[in-house]
Amino acid sequence: MNQEPPAGRGARQAPLPAGAPRVVPVRHPGRWVAAAVLALLGVMLVHSLFFSHVDIGGVRRERFEWSVIDHYLFNPAVMQGVRNTILLTVIAMVGGVVIGVLLAVMRLSPNPIVSGFAWVYIWFFRGTPVLVQLLFWFAAGYLFPTFTIGVPFGPALFHIDLNATLTPMVAASIGLSLNEGAYMSEIVRAGIVSVDEGQLEAAQTLGMSRLKAMRLVVLPQAMRVIIPPTGNETISMLKTTSLASVVTVQELTFAVEQIAAANYKTVPLYIDASIWYLVVTTVMMVGQYYLERYYARGSVRQLPPTPWQQIRSGAFLRPGRGRYGRFPGVIGGEWAPVLAGQDEGVL
Amino acid sequence: MPEHGPRDLMVQAQAVSKHFGALQVLRGINLEVKRGEVMCIIGPSGSGKSTFLRCINHLEKVDGGRLMVDGQMVGYREHGGRVYELKDREVCRRRAEVGMVFQHFNLFPHMTALQNVTVGPVKVKGETRAQAEQRGRELLARVGLADKVDAYPRQLSGGQQQRVAIARALGMQPKLMLFDEPTSALDPELVGDVLQVMRQLAEDGMTMVVVTHEIGFAREVGDSLVFMDGGVVVESGVPREVLANPSQERTKAFLSRIL
Repeated sequence: MNQEPPAGRGARQAPLPAGAPRVVPVRHPGRWVAAAVLALLGVMLVHSLFFSHVDIGGVRRERFEWSVIDHYLFNPAVMQGVRNTILLTVIAMVGGVVIGVLLAVMRLSPNPIVSGFAWVYIWFFRGTPVLVQLLFWFAAGYLFPTFTIGVPFGPALFHIDLNATLTPMVAASIGLSLNEGAYMSEIVRAGIVSVDEGQLEAAQTLGMSRLKAMRLVVLPQAMRVIIPPTGNETISMLKTTSLASVVTVQELTFAVEQIAAANYKTVPLYIDASIWYLVVTTVMMVGQYYLERYYARGSVRQLPPTPWQQIRSGAFLRPGRGRYGRFPGVIGGEWAPVLAGQDEGVL
Repeated sequence: MPEHGPRDLMVQAQAVSKHFGALQVLRGINLEVKRGEVMCIIGPSGSGKSTFLRCINHLEKVDGGRLMVDGQMVGYREHGGRVYELKDREVCRRRAEVGMVFQHFNLFPHMTALQNVTVGPVKVKGETRAQAEQRGRELLARVGLADKVDAYPRQLSGGQQQRVAIARALGMQPKLMLFDEPTSALDPELVGDVLQVMRQLAEDGMTMVVVTHEIGFAREVGDSLVFMDGGVVVESGVPREVLANPSQERTKAFLSRIL
């Protein structure tokens, strides 16, 4: 098929015939004004952040205490908090995605008992605050010191000591996973129903069962719709794990709170935490970009460039003018129109 | 065994009826397709021809009458004077023996042409990948797409996609092929390639039921022609005779509009 750029773009690069009038591009004075205003605000922000001082009890000191921020940024307790935050985020999201996929397929099942169960699960876990759910799982060790499955009035088949097993980390992992599963199931369901019904029918005419068709045909296509909101959920989860500080999990927020409780440097330490949350979020966004690129296979004619390719070609400096057309770049992240199938015009 | 019809019949419909809610779509269809026969079904939209085709591989459930494919009731099992609904696994097994080609191709967009053709044999019939890929390449060559093995559907024209879809259905080595308006979504210039593949398939002896608006194809390739309207078979017979001398007024009116 036609792989050439659209006519308009090609025409722009065509050499003008001799004697043709010179084309004067439209001027954009508004852009200069906006740039000047933003530059001024930027200077004010930098001044306030790094060069201003404040009087506290007659003592003049740096407003944001960058020396304190710097001192605690790589503090071992803070680093341990970062590790636990990432660990908890990964566990909660993996658990949430697995539960979400199961619930979504159950919700769409023709079996009314199965879909009813999924509905009740989602109703309950979305309908109660995640903080309350975390506190419940934290307290579950006291409510049910032991957990036994067995024949009623008969022998026990399975027995665990919950008081010892439900450490704060385990309780938070369970609570966040179960809660996230309810939200993920709706995202997965949206992805599944977005896939054309003809795909399921085509799979069925090949003799596939409903579950096999889901796994091989529908879900891989649903991924394109599922990933962007899942990235959103992951980044949101990274911050939601700070709630686990309430049940004494040694994650990032808990770590800085403990240091701040001892030295009263509350604001600098919360800035330390924010810096780490931002760093991890940035890494996640890059990961999401590559994941989306992978699942765009077959739905766009030519895969968009990786950020590295964009930097090398300089395309990111010229939005809308790059070799790759209007692809928005990793910062914009606006994959939706590219992925939604109107690719002909975009790429 | 009472459930076996005459052995030379691939499809046998007796008073097949189907409704969607209050709408009666099929009002007692009677027809027979012999082994190796190519039957074309024509008729105005809403006449029930696509619904009937979908009933043959149980994408739609029949409400009344008997519909047999290769001597077995579609979606049911007859035993001891009773009719039992089939379990999903059995429905899938029987569907795997009937190929279907859709108006809008319905290729799997996240798979290459070759993967589209091999996914059924590998994942449903349990063939080895090497074996399935070898036959997949042969089938794609047979429909004239030997050079498009690794192309994704998006990179193919409509006519090429429909030929991949035919190869995908043939990959399951079906005993019966169903075509649901296979050329209706194609640009006129691309129709010929698809019809050529179908013509070749007919010459190789495949049993085919084709819902189509291509009167020329029906006349030259079809062994029989069925005209449906309002959920019933209005007229059927040898294509040339039906087309040249329709006996029913409704057939005459329909043909005069499209010819």
